[in-house]
Amino acid sequence: MADFKDISPDAPAGAKLMNWVDNRFPATKMFKEHLSEYYAPKNLNIWYVFGALSLLVLVIQIVTGIFLTMNYKPDAALAFGSVEYIMRDVPWGWLIRYMHSTGASAFFIVVYLHMFRGLIYGSYRKPRELVWVFGCAIFLTLMAEAFMGYLLPWGQMSYWGAQVIVNLFAAIPFVGPDLALLIRGDYVVGDATLNRFFAFHVIAVPLVLLGLVVAHIIALHEVGSNNPDGVEIKAKRDASGKPLDGIAFHPFYTVHDIFAVSVFLLVFSAVVFFAPEAGGYFLEYNNFIPADPLKTPSHIAPVWYFTPYYSMLRAITTEMMYVLVLCVVVAAVLAVMKGGLSGLFKGVVAVGAVLLCLVMLSIDAKFWGVVVMGGAVIILFFLPWLDNSPVKSIRHRPSWNKWLYAVFVVNFLVLGYLGIKPPSPINERVSQVGTLFYFGFFLLMPWWSRLGSFKPVPDRVTFSAH
Amino acid sequence: MKQIKKLVLGFLASVFISGVQAAGGGIAWDRAPDRTNDFAALQNGAKLFVNYCLNCHSAAFMRYNRLTDIGLTEKQIKDNLLFTTDKVGDTMKAAIDPKQAKAWFGGNPPDLTVIARSRSAAGQGSGADYLYTYLRTYYRDDTKATGWNNLAFPNVGMPHVLWELQGERQPVFQKAMSHGQEVQVFSGWKQVTPGTLSARDYDSAMADLVSYLQWMAEPAQNTRVRVGAWVLLFLGLFVLVAWRLNAAYWKEIK
Repeated sequence: MADFKDISPDAPAGAKLMNWVDNRFPATKMFKEHLSEYYAPKNLNIWYVFGALSLLVLVIQIVTGIFLTMNYKPDAALAFGSVEYIMRDVPWGWLIRYMHSTGASAFFIVVYLHMFRGLIYGSYRKPRELVWVFGCAIFLTLMAEAFMGYLLPWGQMSYWGAQVIVNLFAAIPFVGPDLALLIRGDYVVGDATLNRFFAFHVIAVPLVLLGLVVAHIIALHEVGSNNPDGVEIKAKRDASGKPLDGIAFHPFYTVHDIFAVSVFLLVFSAVVFFAPEAGGYFLEYNNFIPADPLKTPSHIAPVWYFTPYYSMLRAITTEMMYVLVLCVVVAAVLAVMKGGLSGLFKGVVAVGAVLLCLVMLSIDAKFWGVVVMGGAVIILFFLPWLDNSPVKSIRHRPSWNKWLYAVFVVNFLVLGYLGIKPPSPINERVSQVGTLFYFGFFLLMPWWSRLGSFKPVPDRVTFSAH
Repeated sequence: MKQIKKLVLGFLASVFISGVQAAGGGIAWDRAPDRTNDFAALQNGAKLFVNYCLNCHSAAFMRYNRLTDIGLTEKQIKDNLLFTTDKVGDTMKAAIDPKQAKAWFGGNPPDLTVIARSRSAAGQGSGADYLYTYLRTYYRDDTKATGWNNLAFPNVGMPHVLWELQGERQPVFQKAMSHGQEVQVFSGWKQVTPGTLSARDYDSAMADLVSYLQWMAEPAQNTRVRVGAWVLLFLGLFVLVAWRLNAAYWKEIK
């Protein structure tokens, strides 16, 4: 607890007011700790703007969402019409709605870029593991938020997308059908589903999201930002304890972020005002047809930001299960032969692998598709403990790592593209190879991240004045 | 790194060009003339819509008085366009009984408020292109219950409501080879009986009607583009200011 501070009676009124507040609430203290005396590395590049932009999009979504709620009707008979009412009869309703629909896609764009930044510069490495873990939790929560929000316009894609995804839960052995029933509140997606998704979308999930964002930022400010060189700036300080390569977040990164925000808003507004459907990617054409439980569309595809995971789900066929069983067998043989385990553990691994293979072959491939889809997100949480590289940043890793990361990105985009397309035999094969690569990238990381020759990491960050 | 960037950009470009959905049934779509900024065309389209479409199809989210946006007065709307209601603030509801519609056409005629938006298909064209093609490719087919069929929407349930305007036509097919197989390729139309409009005038009338449908699907679209231009102009200036502000602060960082 801080001591009560007195201020001279001749002080300006503003100073007196701040003194009164600061004796009761740590306003100035927090401003210093998190902004004016929070030191960030001075060599942060363009990749570092997407965190601030995610926060901006979060605010856009919350504010526009509140105004949408004022006219939206969470009722299967009225929902579609109420969205059109917002688009036509509510003054500026079309703007609010387009900002919200474009914001949903923009959210995933900036979050994917933000995550990629963390990936290439090793921002998840010690001591930032929890920053990364909270971030992954935000991503997972965001997916739930987007999925439930997409049902609300009650168009054909809303309806059938939700129907397909909720039915996936029914593939879980024993509890699946009851779980799907619990989620829907009915035997098919219906009014009950719409009401509960509305409740989750407008209050439950956003509360979790906000809490996680706060945790993410608190954890970040505790350890400080990483930077493109992966150098810990706190290791070199001047006499006053300020990091030599650090600069105050405010004003330097606030003006930086204002610039980024202005460019982002320019692009965002270009979409909102001139191409709000974004060619059918942000607002799907089929979703302008009201939900009809009796008419299944010939082709059901999730919105673009889910399609890489949807591709992985579709890649898991009965055939693919044999490949996965083979992977388990090879992994078990390697562990037993080369793992340096004691005799007892060798036995445990062998028996465990045999049991796993039996379970994999006896449960429907559809269930394993769900496991793979979920696993593709969950595996991100473990990244800090999968990476064994002696350096953080890609700048000091072997040059071939750049190609590996490039292939990872292209692979992710290809999976996303295939998730939009109707299934075909060739697409299925490609998405199966892509799924194996995606998981191989992470699961083999403990091995490949140690390979090659690493470049020396400098003591100080590299920076050239702008 | 440059090569990598090129690869990624190339891939993104191919995604956007190749489009979202695969082609559906029916012939390739003609491009609809865009008259969504032409009040005379939109008013003519509104008249055609009310006279020919609204008997069976509703536009349940569209209010009559929104037509003031395309230059009509409330009095003009009341005198010329209100048949199913007497309040200009009402939405456009069809006169048909849904039960009868089901019995006659095998299904309820779909609501047309946002039909122009829902019918878009990447790689094929906009919803307006589809509607423009659809309204111009009806032909006599005695094997169908209504006696009509359509090239853009094979086995369509709706008869050719506008046949008096267009007259009866027959598609002409030619034999052609494709992938080593003989196929029938659509090559043009043969006018069987004349309509009250010439082929050219009929096309123009359909362009008006489709433009109206396109406008009705999003009445705010012209406002949106107009406001958008100012917003982008403002943000363009703001970018410049933010850029210089940033540079002014960062000058001192060495």
